[in-house]
Amino acid sequence: MPEHTADRLRGLVAEFLRTHDPRGDRAGFLRARFDAGLAWVHHPPGHGGLGAPPQLQAVVDAAFAEAGAPDNRPRRNSIGLGMAAPTLLRHATEAQCRRWLRPLWTGEELWCQLFSEPEAGSDLASLRTRAVRDGADWVVDGQKVWTSMAHEARWAILLARTDPAVAKHRGITYFVCDMTAPGVQVRPLRQLTGEAEFNEVFLTGVRVPDAHRVGAVGEGWQIARTTLMNERVAIGGRPLPREGGMVGVLARLWRERPELRTAGLHEEVLRSWVRAEAARLSALRLRQLVAAGAPGPEGSAVKLSFAELNQRISGLEVELLGAEGLRHDDWAMRRPVEPDLLGRTATYRYLRARGNSIEGGTSEILRTVIAERVLGLPAEPRVDR
Amino acid sequence: MTDLLYGADEEALRDSVRALLVAHAPWQRTLAGLDDDEPYDAALWRLLVDQLGVTGLAVPVEHGGAGAGFREVAVVLEELGRAVAPVPFLGAAVATRALLACGDAELLGAVAAGERAVVLAVGLATAPDTRPEPVAVEPGPVLRGTVTGVADALPCDVLLVPAADGLYAVDAAAAAVRMNPVVSLDATRPLADLVLAGAPGRRVATGPAATRAVSVALTAGAGLLASEQVGLAQWCLDTTIEHVRTRRQFGRPVGSFQAVKHRLADLWVEITEARAVARHAADRLATGHPETPLAAALAQAYCGPVAVRAAEACVQLHGGIGFTWEHPAHLYLKRAKSGAVAFGTADRHRAALARLVDLAAPAPAGAGGSIGPARSNR
Repeated sequence: MPEHTADRLRGLVAEFLRTHDPRGDRAGFLRARFDAGLAWVHHPPGHGGLGAPPQLQAVVDAAFAEAGAPDNRPRRNSIGLGMAAPTLLRHATEAQCRRWLRPLWTGEELWCQLFSEPEAGSDLASLRTRAVRDGADWVVDGQKVWTSMAHEARWAILLARTDPAVAKHRGITYFVCDMTAPGVQVRPLRQLTGEAEFNEVFLTGVRVPDAHRVGAVGEGWQIARTTLMNERVAIGGRPLPREGGMVGVLARLWRERPELRTAGLHEEVLRSWVRAEAARLSALRLRQLVAAGAPGPEGSAVKLSFAELNQRISGLEVELLGAEGLRHDDWAMRRPVEPDLLGRTATYRYLRARGNSIEGGTSEILRTVIAERVLGLPAEPRVDR
Repeated sequence: MTDLLYGADEEALRDSVRALLVAHAPWQRTLAGLDDDEPYDAALWRLLVDQLGVTGLAVPVEHGGAGAGFREVAVVLEELGRAVAPVPFLGAAVATRALLACGDAELLGAVAAGERAVVLAVGLATAPDTRPEPVAVEPGPVLRGTVTGVADALPCDVLLVPAADGLYAVDAAAAAVRMNPVVSLDATRPLADLVLAGAPGRRVATGPAATRAVSVALTAGAGLLASEQVGLAQWCLDTTIEHVRTRRQFGRPVGSFQAVKHRLADLWVEITEARAVARHAADRLATGHPETPLAAALAQAYCGPVAVRAAEACVQLHGGIGFTWEHPAHLYLKRAKSGAVAFGTADRHRAALARLVDLAAPAPAGAGGSIGPARSNR
């Protein structure tokens, strides 16, 4: 087997582009790209990859982008690509991977994540949605919440309790749920910004075939940890240039509106700029570690920092704007695929940023996770296991 | 692109420095040294210079150095910070940067060979964007004046003195040079006040070249200090974790209390970020990137306060024992707080950043435009 190098992969892309028109049928082109192993190059052959080192993905993506090829709309499909796919690849059967991975990657089938429940947020393992075996199927009943994309998704990764008699982390099983199955009801969950990025999902007698179970019965919690780890990396790991995030909005405002400047806010703006740059370099270092094959726990640091920074910076921006900062653009109920953090008003950023320290693990829980798993500090006494 | 990782050679260098420090610079020895009159551990310094060649790391091969660079210097500083080692390496690195800017082959060779210790004669608190008060030059040339709060001066052989018309090399052992030791906050990096009473000097740079040499050296000091601060902070975190894991109160380990855990988790986040910032500064410095002053200012705006918080948490979370002379936490606290002032405080560096990245301060009151309706209503 030839060694994978950037040059060789660029050659494979060039060869692919000779026989496939990047301006032709979008889905057909993406399917063929998957079959050629040029979708996510670190996956094994047959599952969209070539078994190449993950850092070569950027080379392949750049070569396709240069040719004007369609992408698979990764921002619209972040749960499928960032969370479901790595979990399936690691824990699903060969047949399951063959069924799900290709339409997932091409974006023909979107995914959502049925994990959180009204009474099981940060304490996810206390979830109460039940799955009861009935012949070749499982019958699922329960309620899920904070489900992004549920109204557009074809499939969901689902955690359900299959054995209420054992300790809470042990009686959970991991399934893939068909969102078009009878008994799945999706309702928008309107949030404090007025819009509804998320949904409530009600599951009433939903039949999930046993063939859609991922991993062994009762082993769901271990598999969910793969998903959650990938979630934190996905949240914190986006590459940004200097002033690429919210701090850029604040800095531009400071430069363009000298009449708004005050001494106290100047100090705050500078402190925020420094912290934002430190967080950005830390995220860059994380990506360099991942590319070098030595990922550490730095993803948790990046997630925690960006949440705090976004909140602090958006709050500063409202104050800097003063009277103007009191004007909101719109409270209309919308269904955005992702928050429009840089496009809307300062008030929107301020309000939406409140969610940054809750979604994907609250900052409080994340600190406890860092203390226990990264620093090795002893667990607090627990009464629930 | 800036390389924020450590290369294999850098890791090997780290291992060598750490092994030497573990064997020859345990904190008990450093603590005992505070009661002696010797400000530095001369034996330890000889080992670092002779066995590991630390003074030649950033000196090019043609001048007898190792031809490595400031990324490697930064790794040595991380380890020296971790051990709060009483050696004058930071001052040596700053002086080396000045000599590189002047291209003084004679002194660079002597520094690389470990034969002569050179120190830039400016106060430790001098920020890179400030010009130190020049010393007067009289025909001879001889130098006359005082420089206060110079670090790493007491064991040195040659002083690089900024004077009105250039940068001068002065023999530190000359009769007209007096160095008055100061009782310093950080006794492991003691300060001295220099008095030059007509000391003979040799001019190594003139005019703008001299000004530039001093400024790049101070920038290097600010950037490199960040790596020492990262090493120091990491020791404080590691040591505190070790303590709170085993120390029991109220029937359970102190480290199982959420207030303790969250403080340490926040510290870990800050140190993780400080490491990226310090590596960035070291890399910019090593590659001579035009944004080196920006990276150095960022490094001191961020890493200095992180080291102080780490050392303060170390004292606090050790409880009563952290407040004693017998425990090494105070060595780290004093080094950290002194470091937060060295080469300029975080506030001075934020002000420097405001200029470098165009985030100007508000116009002073009465300068027009702040309240006047003529402007604000367009």
